[in-house]
Amino acid sequence: MIGRKDLSKADDIIICRGVHKWFDDFHVLKDVNTTVKRSEVVVVFGPSGSGKSTFIRCINRLEEHQQGQIIVDGIELTNDIRNIEAIRSEVGMVFQQFNLFPHITVLDNVTLAPIWVRKWPKAKAREVAMELLNRVGIANQSHKYPGQLSGGQQQRVAIARALAMQPKIMLFDEPTSALDPEMIKEVLDVMIELAESGMTMLVVTHEMGFAREVADRMLFFDHGQIVEDGRPEQIFEDPREDRTKLFLSQIL
Amino acid sequence: MASVSEIITRPRERVHAVKWIKNNLFSSWFNTLLTVLSSALMYTILSQLFIWIFTIANWRVIAVNLRLFMVGTYPLEQIWRLWLCVAIGTTLLGLSWGIWPHVVSRVAMVYGTALLLLALAPFGVTTRIWLAGCGALVFVGMLVGRRIPDAGRWVALTWLVFLPLMLILMRGFGTFLPVVQTRQWGGLQLTLVLAITGIALSFPLGVLLAIGRRSPLPAISLCCTLYIELIRAVPLITVLFMFQIMLPLFIPGGESFDRIVRAIVAFTLFTAAYIAENVRGGLQAIPRGQFEAARALGLNPFLTMSFIILPQALRIVIPANVGQFISLFKDTSLVVIAALLDLLGIGRSVLAQSEFLGLQTEVLLFVAAVYWIFTFSMSHVSKRLEQTIGGGNR
Repeated sequence: MIGRKDLSKADDIIICRGVHKWFDDFHVLKDVNTTVKRSEVVVVFGPSGSGKSTFIRCINRLEEHQQGQIIVDGIELTNDIRNIEAIRSEVGMVFQQFNLFPHITVLDNVTLAPIWVRKWPKAKAREVAMELLNRVGIANQSHKYPGQLSGGQQQRVAIARALAMQPKIMLFDEPTSALDPEMIKEVLDVMIELAESGMTMLVVTHEMGFAREVADRMLFFDHGQIVEDGRPEQIFEDPREDRTKLFLSQIL
Repeated sequence: MASVSEIITRPRERVHAVKWIKNNLFSSWFNTLLTVLSSALMYTILSQLFIWIFTIANWRVIAVNLRLFMVGTYPLEQIWRLWLCVAIGTTLLGLSWGIWPHVVSRVAMVYGTALLLLALAPFGVTTRIWLAGCGALVFVGMLVGRRIPDAGRWVALTWLVFLPLMLILMRGFGTFLPVVQTRQWGGLQLTLVLAITGIALSFPLGVLLAIGRRSPLPAISLCCTLYIELIRAVPLITVLFMFQIMLPLFIPGGESFDRIVRAIVAFTLFTAAYIAENVRGGLQAIPRGQFEAARALGLNPFLTMSFIILPQALRIVIPANVGQFISLFKDTSLVVIAALLDLLGIGRSVLAQSEFLGLQTEVLLFVAAVYWIFTFSMSHVSKRLEQTIGGGNR
C-alpha cells in the first residue's frame, strides 16, 4: 500500500505478555500477547463480548488485568497509583459515548486536564486547545456546551480533549458506533489525519474502510483471545482462520 | 407559489381573556359547576379572613411587642450592631443582584422595596433611618454589582466571611463592643442565626459524608454510613435534647458550651445526615463514563470529584437540598425545649402577658407570615438557581 509507514526501526511502546483477566468467574481475556510499535496504527475487531474493549481499557488501566504483564512506554502497569496516573496522562482515550463533561464549555473540556494535571498556564492551555479544536474543525463552537453540539462534533471535541494532553498513544473504543451514519465520516477523517501524523493508535472499530485505509496491523479478537494478527490486506484477502473468515463475511 | 427559503413567521396565538376563561373554567357543565362552587367557597373563606384581619383582629399585640419579635431582649443601645448586620447583608444581596441577576433579582427587589416602604411606617426615627438605609443599600449594591460582573468570586467569598463576622458583631468582645450574652438573643434574630449557621455548616459536612460513604476504604465508608443511619434513626428533638441536657452529663465542662452553640451543633449534625443522602443520590446519578473520562485524562480522585462529579451532582440535588434547608429553618422553633426564645418562642411568651391573653390567632398568623416570607424566598431563589445553572448544558 502506498505511503504506509516503515515501522521496522520503531521501538515497542506497548508490550502485553500473557495477559489474563476475569470478571468474577468470567474469563474475558485469555493469554493475550502482542506488541505495538511507536507510530503503529492497530485496529482491533471482533464479535461483541470478545474482550476487545476490555483489552484496550486495560492499556490505561480503566480495567485491571489479573495475570501477565502490560508495559506502556517503559512503565509496567501495577497497582502503584503513581504509575497509573503517569501512564494515563500519556495515553489518550476516546469513548463510544463521548463522555464529554456536560457542565462546562467545549473549551474548558479541552483545557481542564492540561491546566490541572500538566500544570500549564491557562493562556498556553487555551492556545493549544484552540489549535486542536481548529484541527478537528470546531474552533467556532468552543464557547458552547457539549449538549448543544451534534454527536459527530462531540466526538471530535473528545478527540481534541484527549490530544490536549499531548499523549504518546491514543486509544479509541468504538468511536463511531454511537453516531448517526452521516456523522461517521467527519470523525473518521479526523482519525485518519491523526494516523498520518504518526500517532500510535489502538482502535476498536467495525469500520473496515478505515482499517483498510490506515491500519498497519489488525487484531481479530474472539472469546478473549487474539485469533488472528496480520496486515489488513492479508486479513481481508486471505484470512488464515475460519472464524475470521466467518466474521468478515458477516460484517462486510 | 411561496418559495421555501422565504421566512414564514409562526402564526401568533393570541389568548383572549374571554376565550381562556371559557376553555378553562366553563368547558362543560361539570366544570362550570366546579367553578361556581369553588369560587363561592373561596369567597366565603377569603372575605371572612379579610374582615377578620382588617376589622376584628387586635394587631396591637404585634405592634407593642414588635421589637421582642424581631430581636428578643437584645439591649436597646446595642441594636445598631444588628442593624449593621442587616446593612451588610442587604449590601451583599444588592451586589449579588447586580452580578447574578437571574438568580436573586426578584428577591432582592422585593426585599429592597419592602424595607423602603417599611421606612414610611410610624416607627421611631432611628429605626426608619436604618430601614431606609438598608433598603437603599440593596439598590446601590445592585448598581455597583452591575459594574463589576467579574467579581462574583469575591462576593461569594464575602458572603462566607459575613457569617462569622455577623456572629462576632452580635456577641461582641472587648471594650468597644460590650458582650451581649446569647441568652439575650431572641426572636427573628435568633431564628435567622440558627438557620443560617445551621445551613452553612451542615452543607459542607453533608457533602463530605456523602463522599465518605462512597469511599473505597471500608473504614471511612463504614463510619460515614453508621453516622448517617444513626442520626436518621433519631428524631430531631431527641438530638437537640441530647446536646442540651445530656452533653453536660457526659462531657466534663460540657455545660460551659453556650446553649445556642449546642443547638447549632445539633441542627448541623442532624441536617448533615440528610444532606449527605441527598448528595449521595446526586453522585449516583452521574454516569460511569464521567468518572472514566476524568480518570483517562489523568485527573486524580480529588480533581475528578471537585471539577467533574460534584458540580454535576450538586446541581441535580438543588431541589432536595433546599427542601432540607427549608425544613431546618422551620425546625429551629424546636429550640424552645432549651428555653431559647426564637420567633415562635417569643410569640408564646407574648401570649402569656395578661394584657394580650387570648390573642393566639393574631400572634400565630404573624409568626407564620414571617416564616413564610423567608421560606418562600428560599424556594424562589432555588428555582431560579436551577434554571440558571441547570439549563442548556445537558
